[in-house]
Amino acid sequence: MASGIVTASYIIAAVLFILSLGGLSHPETARRGNAYGIAGMVIAILATVFSNQVTDYAVLIVVMLIGGTVGVQAARRVQMTEMPELVAILHSFVGLAAVLIGFATYLVGLEGFHGAERTIHEVEIYLGILIGAVTFTGSVIAFGKLRGKIDGKPVLLPGRHWLNLGIGVACIWIGSGFVGAQSTGTAVFLLVLMTLLAFAFGVHMVMAIGGADMPVVVSMLNSYSGWAAAATGFMLSNDLLIVTGALVGSSGAILSYIMCRAMNRHFLAVIAGGFGTSGGGAATSYEGEVTSVSAEETAELLREAKHVVIVPGYGMAVAQAQNTVYEITKSLREKGKEVRFAIHPVAGRMPGHMNVLLAEARVPYDIVLEMEEINDDFPATDVVLVIGANDIVNPAAQDEPGSPIAGMPVLEVWKANTTVVLKRSMASGYAGVDNPLFFRENTRMLFGDAKQSLDAVLAALHA
Amino acid sequence: MKIAVPREVHPGERRVATTPDVVQQLLKLGFEVSVESEAGLPASFSDDAYAAAGATIVSDTRALWDGADIVLKVRAPEHHPGLGADEVDLIKPGQTLVSFVWPGQNEELLARLAATGGNVIAMDMVPRISRAQKMDALSSMANIAGYRAIIEAATQFGRFFTGQITAAGKVPPAKVMIIGAGVAGLAAIGAAKSLGAIVRAFDTRPEVKEQVESMDAEFLELDFKEEGSGEGGYAKVMSKEFIEAEMALFAAQAREVDIIVTTALIPGKPAPKLITKEMVESMADGSVIVDLAAEQGGNCELTVPGEINRVHGVTIIGYTDLPSRLATQSSQLYGTNLRHLLTDMTPEKDGNAVIDMDDEVIRGATVIKAGEITWPPPPPKLSAAPPQAKAAAAPPPPAEEKKKNPWASVALLAGGALALWSLGRVAPPEFMSHFTVFVLACFVGYQVIWNVTPALHTPLMSVTNAISGIIVIGALLQISTSSFLVTLLAGLAILIATINIAGGFLVTQRMLRMFRK
Repeated sequence: MASGIVTASYIIAAVLFILSLGGLSHPETARRGNAYGIAGMVIAILATVFSNQVTDYAVLIVVMLIGGTVGVQAARRVQMTEMPELVAILHSFVGLAAVLIGFATYLVGLEGFHGAERTIHEVEIYLGILIGAVTFTGSVIAFGKLRGKIDGKPVLLPGRHWLNLGIGVACIWIGSGFVGAQSTGTAVFLLVLMTLLAFAFGVHMVMAIGGADMPVVVSMLNSYSGWAAAATGFMLSNDLLIVTGALVGSSGAILSYIMCRAMNRHFLAVIAGGFGTSGGGAATSYEGEVTSVSAEETAELLREAKHVVIVPGYGMAVAQAQNTVYEITKSLREKGKEVRFAIHPVAGRMPGHMNVLLAEARVPYDIVLEMEEINDDFPATDVVLVIGANDIVNPAAQDEPGSPIAGMPVLEVWKANTTVVLKRSMASGYAGVDNPLFFRENTRMLFGDAKQSLDAVLAALHA
Repeated sequence: MKIAVPREVHPGERRVATTPDVVQQLLKLGFEVSVESEAGLPASFSDDAYAAAGATIVSDTRALWDGADIVLKVRAPEHHPGLGADEVDLIKPGQTLVSFVWPGQNEELLARLAATGGNVIAMDMVPRISRAQKMDALSSMANIAGYRAIIEAATQFGRFFTGQITAAGKVPPAKVMIIGAGVAGLAAIGAAKSLGAIVRAFDTRPEVKEQVESMDAEFLELDFKEEGSGEGGYAKVMSKEFIEAEMALFAAQAREVDIIVTTALIPGKPAPKLITKEMVESMADGSVIVDLAAEQGGNCELTVPGEINRVHGVTIIGYTDLPSRLATQSSQLYGTNLRHLLTDMTPEKDGNAVIDMDDEVIRGATVIKAGEITWPPPPPKLSAAPPQAKAAAAPPPPAEEKKKNPWASVALLAGGALALWSLGRVAPPEFMSHFTVFVLACFVGYQVIWNVTPALHTPLMSVTNAISGIIVIGALLQISTSSFLVTLLAGLAILIATINIAGGFLVTQRMLRMFRK
């Protein structure tokens, strides 16, 4: 295939990718968007495969078939509650691929590159591998944390900032040795050394971040995987890779920014890790009586209510309660009540996590609202059901300037007539902050596993 | 301890302070219960039923009072015609009387009760807090009165309540206006509604609007803002301007509606006059007014307390004994209220009731303790309405607008441009053209991603994931080399990148299919 046609295909693919992301602006156009993405990918791959540079089809076809099968199986089997894990592990693949391609590129040789061109090319390879390596191990650790295989608590090594700085300086120093190295052996050794350091850096960075900050971590790694692809594009002088990498990179960066804003924290503070460990003594602990209710009483409250808002949190995902939530919603809507959902941007473990779970349970998306859309409606709401959420409904964020979560935008559920909080026990949220909401006069606590409690509520509603 | 339940002596009073069901539960608390013979008869509870529940039937009134530690009554003590003595004089020191007392209106009675040296718990003084709802006898009685008011109106009203279209012609539904949407008002709304009438309600307290609407009645509103909620969930006296606006509304409604039920009461004050003579005259013939405030003087100027008054073709019902006209129901609810009170007073369930003055509910209801008047109690602080969000206590710290120095962004831009220039000086033209593509793509990404709806952030991540599998192209280009190592590396890269592409797109597809309206 002529190289002109290949380039044209790449342009078409790039346009299709942009359209694909643009389609996600609304659920109705989103499926078409995904189809654009698939089309773009198919065109790009076919154009590359049939270009003059590819001659060895046997290995290629076998490998792609295996990879494709694995991917399809994974996508079919994954539970919607496990989406954050899947996304994290897929990020790690992009990172690893970037590392492998970087090494391969170096091994293919730098013939035909001279002077500044050669230096820039070497820097590109070096950076591509570095970003890919950090993305790889960072995503693997994030995956482990989301899976629960690694403890979600931040692991804080003493002097961790110095450690990070040290790794950074070392990488630059190794890089200066790598660029312009005469012997291939030395250069490869330096590359491997840097890769190991970058692996360590990725592990250390994500280990230091707590479970509640996972939405930021996942979107940040999303961004990294994009930059890794872009760096690979520079390495190979391939504009399609650069464009796609830049799209994905900025997408992840914006998501990280949105998540950080939703927690009222600086991106750097999240990345530096250790949330909930600083500012000791600032958190007030609350004295008061909590009023607990039974599932039957909750059902009674719902039956008498006219406007109901449900606030789901990570607890709903853990208890796999979304289907029961939908059944309750359906039952209430059949009784002529207005039921809506309020989603905080950082509810769950990745951006949009709750929306996906609710969509899986067949909750219509037009009753699922964002925080800004629904916060003003709480005073006119009869009953709010808070399912396994804590920090995102904490009034201390507004009332107490000394609170560790002060200034974080929260769902103002306490303004409703009655708030029923479903909770396993009186433990504090991930941020380790006590929640004065539980002690409010119009708050009722329904203790127990969210799924079981909601099943009981549903049974009582039908009774 | 022994509980005695005497027969009510007030003329026309048909209620009784306990029922056979309640007797059983009182026995479980460890009490002994004596009931005066024929005490429950007007409320359709026979002596046999009480005896079967475990109560002792006593026919001698004096002996009944004498042998009791606690006396449960409905009405406040009064002259006993059978004995020729006052019930007050039957109380011994140390004895506890539980009944309606109305200490605010009956100061002289209160003084006489105090002189006996006993304890008096007034059921009408139980504070209106959530914990005490189960013993709130006023609400129980108001509920019954509201219901009965509609029944009384229906018997006097010459038409259907519900609208019908029959072979003989169309029947319009009756229009009912309820003034005061407290417990009685809401009960009246419910009863009128279930008979099929069109119901409107008015109240000075805006917070009841939703309760009224929740019962499918229309809430009448004034073009006038004044908060009418007083302490303890009751209404308060309104300003002159407000009352004028209110009266205009009632005058307009009177011309339109068939039935008016008034329930407006302000604690410790005579009932406000809301329906004037002129309004009554303006009503259509056959209309009915039920004045639930008759005992406190009535909301209607023409109300005759205790009687039915017919003026200008309008029937004005001024009965003051509506709960008593539904005696079985009233006795059952009142008896249950008393039982709940006694349950709270007997935490050990050993039949020893104690008057715990640290308990907010008991403190509020106790008007005389050991001969000493303890009325009025310190005022309850809670309103039945949700507390007004305390003016957003400590308003959320104003989003700290970092006043960006305009020069800073200019400097940043200049710095960026400078860096680009210095890069362009050394970098080969090919790199610069790639770099152009890169920067432009970042900007395109920035514009596109901000438009993505937050609900689709997870699909966004999985689709970008799939797209970043485009890295496979890099590996594809390298796989056809002679070096085994390179082929191996490239092959591995293709493998995992393909997982990414297939998995990413498919899972996105799966998720997006779930999003539905």
